[in-house]
Amino acid sequence: MTSTTTTPRSATGSVALRGVTKVYGQGEHAVLALDGVSLDVAPGEFVCLVGASGCGKSTLLNLVAGLDRISGGRIELGEGVNPGLMFQESALFPWLTVEGNVEVPLKLRGLPRDERRARVAELLRTVHLADFARKRPHQLSGGMRQRVALARTLALDTPVLLMDEPFGALDAMTRDILHDELERIWSERKLTVIFVTHNVREAARLADRIILLSSRPGRIIYSTEVDVPRPRRIDSPEIAAIAAEVTDRLRTEVGRHGQ
Amino acid sequence: MASDTLAAGSPRTDAEISGLDALEIAGREKAPSRLRQVWSATWPKLAALALAVALWQAVVWTGWKDPWALPGPVVVFEDLGHYLASPALWHGLATTARRAAVGFAAAVAVGLLLGLAVARVKVLRAALGSMITALQTMPSIAWFPLAILLFQLSEQAIFFVVVLGAAPSVANGVIHGVDYVPPLLVRAGRNLGARGLNLYRYVIAPAALPAIVAGLKQGWAFAWRSLMAGELLVVIATRTSIGAQLTYARELSEAPRLMAIMIVILVVGLLVDAAFGAADKAIRRRWGVLDQAGN
Repeated sequence: MTSTTTTPRSATGSVALRGVTKVYGQGEHAVLALDGVSLDVAPGEFVCLVGASGCGKSTLLNLVAGLDRISGGRIELGEGVNPGLMFQESALFPWLTVEGNVEVPLKLRGLPRDERRARVAELLRTVHLADFARKRPHQLSGGMRQRVALARTLALDTPVLLMDEPFGALDAMTRDILHDELERIWSERKLTVIFVTHNVREAARLADRIILLSSRPGRIIYSTEVDVPRPRRIDSPEIAAIAAEVTDRLRTEVGRHGQ
Repeated sequence: MASDTLAAGSPRTDAEISGLDALEIAGREKAPSRLRQVWSATWPKLAALALAVALWQAVVWTGWKDPWALPGPVVVFEDLGHYLASPALWHGLATTARRAAVGFAAAVAVGLLLGLAVARVKVLRAALGSMITALQTMPSIAWFPLAILLFQLSEQAIFFVVVLGAAPSVANGVIHGVDYVPPLLVRAGRNLGARGLNLYRYVIAPAALPAIVAGLKQGWAFAWRSLMAGELLVVIATRTSIGAQLTYARELSEAPRLMAIMIVILVVGLLVDAAFGAADKAIRRRWGVLDQAGN
């Protein structure tokens, strides 16, 4: 029953989940985290996964990133695509400088030194941190650290970006700025983004499509397109209306567990 | 030109972003002057040293012991001066330093391999994990009778005990370091493409480095103690190590020389320990985990 296949598909940047199931533990203590999740993400699409605690949002990203084994179903990625993953904490290496961190994936791919240097500089300009190349992670603010982490993930040159509540620990103003930044980079680089959040407004601000997951086990229970033209503002009435709709659904789902 | 459509109405400017960055990291870096730092770290040590010497002199003045058994600081420091100028010290120190270097290097090699094996292999951990800690509690001098039986009065006997004394600390440092590598960093590393040996090279080894250095530091302390114990017991007549000279000084009742040698032993141990301390501090500074007082 453990078919851990990651079948290559022709369209790079597309992500397809086919009845993906994840079980933690064994026997009586087994917990069904994801129960037959099927989802098609088109190349260049920005999808937000929303759900209450225990809906397996992070599990799903780990499975797509190949950091965890699926218990059943299939995940289909473009040929040779290794999705990049960002976390709520920046997960920067404290023993390296900002540029050293961004350089790691380039070193691991065996790029020559000159090319690495040029790529690091370009990526740091992309996230507006060119002046901080020699700093260490602890010398930066939380928002700046997440931008370094973003640059490091972009250094993978992958068309698929997986983000696990990357702005969850930031203050509202920094988060707003990072929304703009992420939207710009996503659009410039034509990335496919799967973005996990429990913040419904954030989802409405960023997503082409919002997908709501149920809790224990995680299943897709609702999906909606966000037809608001970009650039968007998180405090605009259209975004608020969509967020309200999703919040209602989310509350119904949470209430189901209270009985 | 997808970016243009966004940039046209973009509510944020670059200035706004860099402005926020500047505000957020303002006041994070403040460095007290170097001289002040050195002085504030040094004067308590000097004061403690002066106090210890004064106490020593006071005990001598009480006449608690005869001067031939407990000489005063003045006599001892005079003798230390002669001793420092004599070739005996430097020959002895060369022998001892060579033994320390070889013994410690062997202990580090054994400790690193053992630690890595125990940290990664579950069976080995179950089998050896607690034994390594048990070894650490064994006073190294208790190994010497066995060492002398096995290797007679030779340098091998000394190395045997030095390695047994220091390797467990080094191994424990490695085990501790690898155990406490944050899982998030390992996941990040794997996602960035570090697998197998590269994961060790790029993530696990550097993340474990502070604990490994702490293990080396402790290992050095054990190695130095074991070496001195060994040199006192295993006296090889042709090689007058520092420890052997200490034994001779006792046999000839040369109390000032005996204490001068003790001071040399103390200072050498402290100097090497300070080197490890500096390395440890440099790492913590890079990592940003140095506390406010700079300790």
